[in-house]
Order: sequence, then structure tokens, then C-alpha cells
Amino acid sequence: MRSFSLGDLLSLLGALQWTAVLVLIALGFGAPLALLLALMRTSASRALRWTATAFLQLVQGVPLLGLLMFFYFGMPVFLGIEMPPLVAVGIAMTVYTASFLGEIWRGGIEAVKHEQWEAAACLGLSTWHQFRYVIAPQAFRMALPPTVGFLVQLIKGTSLASIVGFVELARAGQLVSAATFQPLLVYSIVAAIYFAACLPLTLWARSLEVRLNGAR
Amino acid sequence: MALVDIRNVTKSYGSTQVLKGVSLDIKEGEIVTIIGKSGSGKSTLLRCINALERIDGGEITVEGQPVRTDMPNLRDFRQRVGIVFQAFNLFPHMTVERNITLAPVLNKRIAKADGRALALDVLERVGLADKIDAYPAQLSGGQQQRVAIARCLAMRPHLMLFDEVTSALDPELVGEVLKVMEDMARQGMTMVLVTHEMGFARNVASKIVFMHQGRVWEEGPPAELFANPRTPELQSFIASVR
Repeated sequence: MRSFSLGDLLSLLGALQWTAVLVLIALGFGAPLALLLALMRTSASRALRWTATAFLQLVQGVPLLGLLMFFYFGMPVFLGIEMPPLVAVGIAMTVYTASFLGEIWRGGIEAVKHEQWEAAACLGLSTWHQFRYVIAPQAFRMALPPTVGFLVQLIKGTSLASIVGFVELARAGQLVSAATFQPLLVYSIVAAIYFAACLPLTLWARSLEVRLNGAR
Repeated sequence: MALVDIRNVTKSYGSTQVLKGVSLDIKEGEIVTIIGKSGSGKSTLLRCINALERIDGGEITVEGQPVRTDMPNLRDFRQRVGIVFQAFNLFPHMTVERNITLAPVLNKRIAKADGRALALDVLERVGLADKIDAYPAQLSGGQQQRVAIARCLAMRPHLMLFDEVTSALDPELVGEVLKVMEDMARQGMTMVLVTHEMGFARNVASKIVFMHQGRVWEEGPPAELFANPRTPELQSFIASVR
């Protein structure tokens, strides 16, 4: 047994970069997918709407922990594909992000008045141009505060990846705690690091909300 | 040949039939004003001319081309038939210039400098050249509606539709919008208006169409129609709006 040292603190901070990697993977792959889902959910085609809705129901009805387990333990069993933890966790976080951001963005799109689509259509704009130039910028403004809010959830959610042995901040905390037998101290530091990472975002989300509400 | 030819058009929302066989000709350069109580189908008819609503029966042709919501060149058609709405429907996140040039830039790929010149040109016609860099929220209702008209004019439409464009305005702002429309009428624009502004209908329109219960009840030149309404429905309508 050894006592908690500066080296332990540095290893916790080092593990934070893997938390960041997970967040970036989730956003990088999840955000485009979220946009696709939001467009499907608001599309005129019933088949597209139903497909997207079914996907959302399925994903949102399962806890993130369940998704992680499924992709890490389930894929080898069901599909015979052995996955490194980063890939399995990355896919689970991507799916999770896509479904929640997709719903947030759908709300933003639907909050733009129907007349805006109509006015844009009456100017002869293509459906894509109507969305890209008229609807999306307004939807984005409205969806930005909840989007940043979700980002906070996402950062905290990555801690579940520790379950499948992926060494990010929470898992690093477990390892340091096991080595030092100082769980209270170690987990308090871990919690403080999460808090420090999320606080700026929370504040940003709040200021956006005030500013955007004031602007309307 | 008429610019707009409406033949026996029917249209229902669910089980409610709002247009029950409407026929109407609109010739080039005519100012046609559609009047009638709310629920008489006048706004619906206007929206059908622009393919915003699908008709169930009959036919509408504009410049000889049948109008359908699934027509292949719908986007070109929409640029030839402008529409101005009651609620202006400007894009709130864009400046006046961008509101006006968005469609020409995307559809006709005009250059940026030409876009600015185009915006200034149409804004001068509605008397708002000095507002080119403003955002819609910085303008009064009357000014917003004039920008909406300018945005339409920038597409160089052959026909313009006006759907109760002064109904959402404070009374003191109605005049400036009507004046712009009078100027356009004088310059020969073919216009179809749904309006409650009887003064405008009387003084500017070349034809009045009175709609009642989804039908064209009476039509004719304003002087004739207002002086000698043939049906009791039009008589009571004129009495009620006076």
C-alpha cells in the first residue's frame, strides 16, 4: 500500500484525456447521425419517421450502461465480432448521443414556425435550401442551450465506460483508489475534476439561454 | 388568353368543402380583389393559385401551364408567381438585404454586388432603401410588410398574390403598404388580392370578386358591383363592412 501522491493526481488528469476522446468520438459520429434522425423525424415520409422513431424508442429505453454492455459483451456473442473497448464504448456513446441530440434538434426544427418553410418554398428555394438557410439557423439557436446541457450529461455519462474496463477518468479513479486505499479522497478528486470540466459548459448553457430568450 | 384561368375548382379540408366549383379569369395587368366573409374560401383560392394547396377537382392554369403541387418545374413557377402573406414571414435571422437576395443568389446564382444592387432597386420601390442592413425585428409591421413585397419583387414575378397583407397591421401602418401596392398596380403588375380594405378594392381594383360559401357569388368592376349588388348576400356584406 502507498499513499496518494502527485503522480496519482497526474494519472487521473491523464485519464481525463480519454474522457475527452470519448466525448469527441460521441459528438463527431453522433452529431451527424443526430441531424439525420432529426430530419427523418420531421420528414414528410411516414416510413422515414417511423424508422427514426423506432430507433429512438429502442435506444432511449435502454440505459447507457446497457448499451455499453451490449456493444462490448453482446457483439462478440451475437455477431462474432471481438471489439477493442474503445470501439465498443465509442459505438455505444455515438448511438446514445445521436438519439438524445436528435430529439433535441427535432424540437428545435419543429419550433420554427411552419410559415417559414412556406415562405421559403414560395421563393422557389429547394427543400434542402429551405432547411439549410431558413430553418436550420433558427432551429439551431433555439436548440443550442439544451444541446450544451446534453454535453454535460455526455461528459458525465462517459464514466460508465469504466464498467467494461476502458480507462478513462472514472476507471483511473478506481485504479488509484485500489492502490492507495483512499477511496474517499480519490473519488472526491475525480468528482471535482468532472465538476471542473462541466461547470464552464453549464454556465455557458445558462448564459445562452438568457441571451437567446432576451433576443427574441 | 387569360394569365390565370381557374375552372371549376373544388377543394375540401376533411369533410368540409371550402371551394365548390370556382371559376375565374385573370388577365394580364388586372388588379383582382377577392372579398367576402371569413370562411368564404378566398384565402384558400389564392393559395391554390400558387400551388400551396392541392385542388381536388377542376383546373388552374397560369400562363397556359396547369398548376399542380407536384408539377415538375414548381420552383420556377413559384418565382413567377409571388405571394405576400398576412404575417410577413420575413426570415428573422437575416438582414433585409439577405432576405431579398437569398432566393436570387441561390436560384439564379447572381453575384454578391449584383445582389446588393437588386436589393436596393426593389427597396427603393417600396421606399425602404435606407433599411437595407436592418433586421426584421428592427422594423415596424408596415415596414416589414413592404420588405416582404420587395423580396417578392426581386424575383421579377409575372403575377403577385396578396393574402390579407394589411390585416395584421396597426391601422396607422396600413396606408403605407396600400400605397406601395397602388404604385405596383400603376406600373402594370398583375395582382390578385384577398383583402378587407374596401377603399382599396373600390379605387384601385379593376375587378371585384365576391366569394360566398365557397363560390364566386358575384364579380364585376368595382363601381358596378358596389353600386348595384345583385344578391342579398353581397348587399349585406357591403353594409357590414361599411
